[in-house]
Amino acid sequence: MDNLNVKTFSECIEQGVIPEILFWVGCAGSFDERAKKITKAFVKILNKANIKFAVLGKEESCSGDPAKRAGNEFLFQMQAMNNIETLNSYSIKSIVTTCPHCFNTIKNEYPELGGKYTVYHHSQFLNKLMKEGRISVEGGNFKGKKITFHDPCYLGRANGVYEAPRNLIKKIDAELIELKRSRSKGLCCGAGGAQMFKESEQGRKEISSERAEEIEESEAEIVAAACPFCNTMISDGLKSDKKEKDNTKIYDIAELIANANDL
Amino acid sequence: MSYIPNIIFLILLIGSIGLFVSNLLKIRRNINLGKGETLEVNNSGKRFKNMMRVAFGQGKMISRPVAGILHFIVYISFIIINIELVEIIIDGIFGTHRVFLPMGKLYGILIGSFEILALLVIVSVSIFWVRRNVLKIKRFLENKMMGWPKLDANLILYFEIILMFLFLFMNAADAPFQEMEIGNPISGMIYNNLLVDIDNLHVLERIFWWSHIIGIFIFMNYLFYSKHLHIFLAFPNTYYAKMEEKGKLNNMKSVLNEVKLMLGTQDNDSGLNESSENIVFGASDVTDLSWLQLLNAYTCTECGRCTEACPANMTGKKLSPRKIMMDTRDRIEEVGRNIDKNGSFIPDNKKLLGDYISNEELWACTSCNACVQECPIDIDPLSIIMDLRRYLVMENSSAPIQLNNMMNNIENNGAPWPYSQMDRLNWKN
Repeated sequence: MDNLNVKTFSECIEQGVIPEILFWVGCAGSFDERAKKITKAFVKILNKANIKFAVLGKEESCSGDPAKRAGNEFLFQMQAMNNIETLNSYSIKSIVTTCPHCFNTIKNEYPELGGKYTVYHHSQFLNKLMKEGRISVEGGNFKGKKITFHDPCYLGRANGVYEAPRNLIKKIDAELIELKRSRSKGLCCGAGGAQMFKESEQGRKEISSERAEEIEESEAEIVAAACPFCNTMISDGLKSDKKEKDNTKIYDIAELIANANDL
Repeated sequence: MSYIPNIIFLILLIGSIGLFVSNLLKIRRNINLGKGETLEVNNSGKRFKNMMRVAFGQGKMISRPVAGILHFIVYISFIIINIELVEIIIDGIFGTHRVFLPMGKLYGILIGSFEILALLVIVSVSIFWVRRNVLKIKRFLENKMMGWPKLDANLILYFEIILMFLFLFMNAADAPFQEMEIGNPISGMIYNNLLVDIDNLHVLERIFWWSHIIGIFIFMNYLFYSKHLHIFLAFPNTYYAKMEEKGKLNNMKSVLNEVKLMLGTQDNDSGLNESSENIVFGASDVTDLSWLQLLNAYTCTECGRCTEACPANMTGKKLSPRKIMMDTRDRIEEVGRNIDKNGSFIPDNKKLLGDYISNEELWACTSCNACVQECPIDIDPLSIIMDLRRYLVMENSSAPIQLNNMMNNIENNGAPWPYSQMDRLNWKN
């Protein structure tokens, strides 16, 4: 159908090929219907750029982030140790992931446990590919569109990555609109710290609605996300918002690039 | 007999410094009740730079220009005007009067600039008072801020205003100083409008002089009871602050030892010196927290930027990062008083977790780091929230049921949802 060219690390090794990078798909990217589209969009770009990448497939397991943030350090470290064993068994040096939570955990929390890798969030990796001239983007479908960017906490505040995703939006010739609360003051979508997997506590409203309202006030036609969980939360927030002005669309930056290139 | 004022001054000076130091040592003792966690980054150069930027340079205050600029005025004035304390102390001990006056023109420039700064402080602090008491600024109105915290905040403002007025009036009532016409840009105006007989002026001058220095001694020792300790503690707090990426949550060493045992990769030399029976996973009380977290609590000046930026709080949940810090300090002080009274800590059937901070607050956190980002002096409320959560989960097994489901899924099939690990690549098709 989509003609995606995806190999697992073990397949590559069997064929005597050493991939230049591992694509860590993450649980959302593997199982969540919406996030799977992001995974595919990113793979399309990688395929187009002829990147020799591989995935772990059945050997990949949860990074442990939600367990750690829920307070279960045991489960986190078990997951981390097992993942590190797998990663090290393939002598993996660099990793790219479309999930800021996996990105943060593998980049910052795995090294002490024996897992030292160069870790990229896909927004950084796409920038790198552009700089190296391995992919190019023309405005395409999004030329002149008003696009805003929702900073994922685990990419922005947690790791100081603010410019990489914004550069990509500028690359597709869109008009980048900043939300009132952006960059280091970006407002959480409500999913982090394992909140994604539970009902929120009693309150006036959902965090995702608070963010969705801000997005709707911004007059952006499209909100760009860079995290599968933000994507889910903000879509929910936009849907639950009672205003019938429900035409703000949400795309991951990988989808924006893939669509701009008509992949 | 003419030495009586000198002796009284010396007694007050030594007494107030002594009390101040002994209280400071008490704070140090309380902070050291925390765990002796080692710092993960030993780059003292980097730490020093952070302290200079954030504490000394007020680097994070300016993100809110109004409060930031007003605070900067008060801060810089505090540092500069305190130079005058040197003269006051020398005068007090030796019975001299304006011992640096022979400096002449330079003295005038110094005192003159102190006076201008004093006036600026009075203006700034008055605006602070209006912001706290007249304007309805949300971050000052939280429940936890009622009662003592509100009085404390106002008392600090009153102290500062009164001390600045006393400084100006002390200069204004000093007729010989006024007649010299140097360094009296503000007090000169007061002097010209004083309705006091010139002969009685020196009595008034003495009253203002003594009130000013005694006010300073009282204020110095009031700090111990107030949220105002940040004027000192902001420095060590920013020096010892976390240097790694905000997103990094520490890997618990105690857990690592257990995990290594389970996986059969235990090194022979690690973890054996600690008996695993005494290890508490996570924190239920202040003594389970690290010394740095307790230093954070003493350093907090309750400004509420953290709570204002907290997504859970702004959508009406109970969580307030500032309350986490205030509760932590309230509890460590309670433990400290218990030790003062009994010699060593006698269990009081109370804990930080449960008696001060509820599960509901803890489970509302999204770990978004907005509170950490906002704190102008690098306090980390998130780390305390996480350590309390760790206790709830690893010691109490009392996570919300949905989180238990999530964790069961991770344990059984390597994903937070009940999908088989074997299906991980199905998205391809």
